[in-house]
Amino acid sequence: MPKELLKGNIAIAEAAVRAGMQAYFGYPITPQTELLEYLSARMPELGRTFLQAESEIAAIHMVYGAACTGVRAMTSTSSPGYSLMQEGLSYIAASDLPCVVVNMMRGGPGLGNIQPSQGDYFQMTRSAGHGDYHPIVLAPASVQEAIDFTLLAFTLAEQYRHLVILAADGQVGQMMEPAELPPLLPVAEERPVWALTGARGRGKNIISSLHLRAEEEEIANQRIQARLLTICANEQRSTEYATDDAELLVIGFGTAGRIAYSAVEAARAKGLKVGLLRPQTLYPFPEDRLSRLARQMRSCLVVEMNAGQMIEDVRLAVAGRIPVRFYGRMGGMVPMPDDVLTAIEEAYALHAAVV
Amino acid sequence: MMQALREPTAEMEVIYQHPAALSECRTHYCPGCTHGIAHRLLAEAIDELGIRERVILVAPVGCAVFAYEYFEVDGCEAAHGRAPAMATGIKRSCPENLVITYQGDGDLASIGAAEILHAAARGERITTIFVNNAVYGMTGGQMAPTSLLGQKTTSSPAGRMATLTGYPLHMCELLSGLQGSTYIVRRSLHDVRHIRQAKKAITTALRVQMAGLGFGMVELLSSCPTNWGLTPEQAMGWIETKLIPQYPLGDYKVTDEAKALEKAG
Amino acid sequence: MAHGMIIVDEAHCKGCALCTTACPQQILEIDTQTLNDRGYHPAHLADPAGRCTGCAICAVICPDACITVYREARAKQGGGKDA
Repeated sequence: MPKELLKGNIAIAEAAVRAGMQAYFGYPITPQTELLEYLSARMPELGRTFLQAESEIAAIHMVYGAACTGVRAMTSTSSPGYSLMQEGLSYIAASDLPCVVVNMMRGGPGLGNIQPSQGDYFQMTRSAGHGDYHPIVLAPASVQEAIDFTLLAFTLAEQYRHLVILAADGQVGQMMEPAELPPLLPVAEERPVWALTGARGRGKNIISSLHLRAEEEEIANQRIQARLLTICANEQRSTEYATDDAELLVIGFGTAGRIAYSAVEAARAKGLKVGLLRPQTLYPFPEDRLSRLARQMRSCLVVEMNAGQMIEDVRLAVAGRIPVRFYGRMGGMVPMPDDVLTAIEEAYALHAAVV
Repeated sequence: MMQALREPTAEMEVIYQHPAALSECRTHYCPGCTHGIAHRLLAEAIDELGIRERVILVAPVGCAVFAYEYFEVDGCEAAHGRAPAMATGIKRSCPENLVITYQGDGDLASIGAAEILHAAARGERITTIFVNNAVYGMTGGQMAPTSLLGQKTTSSPAGRMATLTGYPLHMCELLSGLQGSTYIVRRSLHDVRHIRQAKKAITTALRVQMAGLGFGMVELLSSCPTNWGLTPEQAMGWIETKLIPQYPLGDYKVTDEAKALEKAG
Repeated sequence: MAHGMIIVDEAHCKGCALCTTACPQQILEIDTQTLNDRGYHPAHLADPAGRCTGCAICAVICPDACITVYREARAKQGGGKDA
């Protein structure tokens, strides 16, 4: 398929359509609304389900209902809307249902603004709603990755019968870049055996996250935790640049990671032995790779568009072996490569101080 | 003196029995709670319409939280108040299925008020069984939006005061004003005559969905002996003397097509 | 001779007594001599005189669908299917 100039929001929407998404329920909220608008025409065109709900709360529960019937269902939102969806996400995860949710993060907290931000890291990787579980969280840094990770999201969601969140930010959604869309997959006709389709010729199917007896609830939790173990073992994803002989490792995801790439390039041009690790999965965090890289590094510099959240996962993986420093911008401010380069140089200089 | 019959005689045939769509298991409802009657009527309607294999039931959070255990149909559990949204997602993914939400007054009229309003406004082709017993039963009898003025509950110990918590919510009246509503009626379960009327209404509401006409809801005035502090029989009396005056029974919106279905039944 | 009779599923019955109040013949009562496994006194038919007509009113008001109603298949009366 040829490359096209695509806007992130549109690319994600069309990628989902081509991945066989059958039902989309959403609600307008900048900076992801074009995704919804695009689907409002595209989905009916293919005879698929599109509905703008009365709220993000209603939207996620419509997705929950659709997921119960075994269709590929998705919603997209942005930080405040994502907060409203938390209870629904917990029910979906607790019910072992495949589901994809796009969170196009924006400046916060509170009403915040519509600039790109990464302030929801914790609310995606740690607590997407109440209870013990983590969704799989994918973090694209380009329109092409947004497309690829949308497909991957549906694949992983069904493979693990798990909730997958596409953690983008306003920039990924709003920018246009050449990118290649996959071929159009037909909608799956077959519904999974567990799906609610009407008890014809079989016993009834029940999908419920209610386990009043603690023994059963623990078993349900153990099932989720076992799934997470497998996910952590198999699905850690990251990409690197110039790490072979690096002594300082810059770590950043999404847009922050992409900007850090330019800064690392500039630092390399100045002869600094700097490398970049860009996590592509935020959960499972690429701790194995980072842990190995930490052995050769003298320090890490985490770059984020928040007050420092992923840095906690970095610290866990580095386990105190080397210093972990931070450069971040908040409130929807997007760091400039030069600012990151300055932070790199400062961190690098501290290496010399330590004999 | 005649020995009391232990077994039906040969000439006798069964004329009334446990409906097939109702599960064999026992329910957790309190003795005399009319949720049980609502369940039985819904199951009877499903049997008579021959739609058991097409039904998908969306259970609420509240006393009926286990509703999906009690019907021999595919079922799921909605978050509190969200059954109409969940049912929308299901119906739009499976238009051939008959999607029913079964909800209490806390679930539908309080936390879920927006969801039921918009499902009706969209004319969602689902059927809602709305059990109104004027309290939050499962959590121990707190005031609900449908609690009566002056009604003492565990969260309105001095009796509900309009100056503090406003006025009872009349959901049939509210939803009947929406164009998307096709069949909005209120019935009661407090005696045999009214139970039979409620059965007809439930059957018609399901026919409305089968014909794809639009949104249907049957509100059922229901008892809560435990939290009203009354015996089952007294509670039936309380419906008649207290609830019905506040929530008049009747048809609040029945379109012509729905009327035709009602007669055909 | 009784025209009808009923059988109460004693395990399902919760002794709410709604059927006993609704029965037109007043031939249903709570059996205080029996306890089911949930500790309820179940209802039962007390109809020595065979007055049960099989009207099914008890079954219509039973919240737990415990009652199975039998009625003589009278050709001339054409007792239609209830409800």
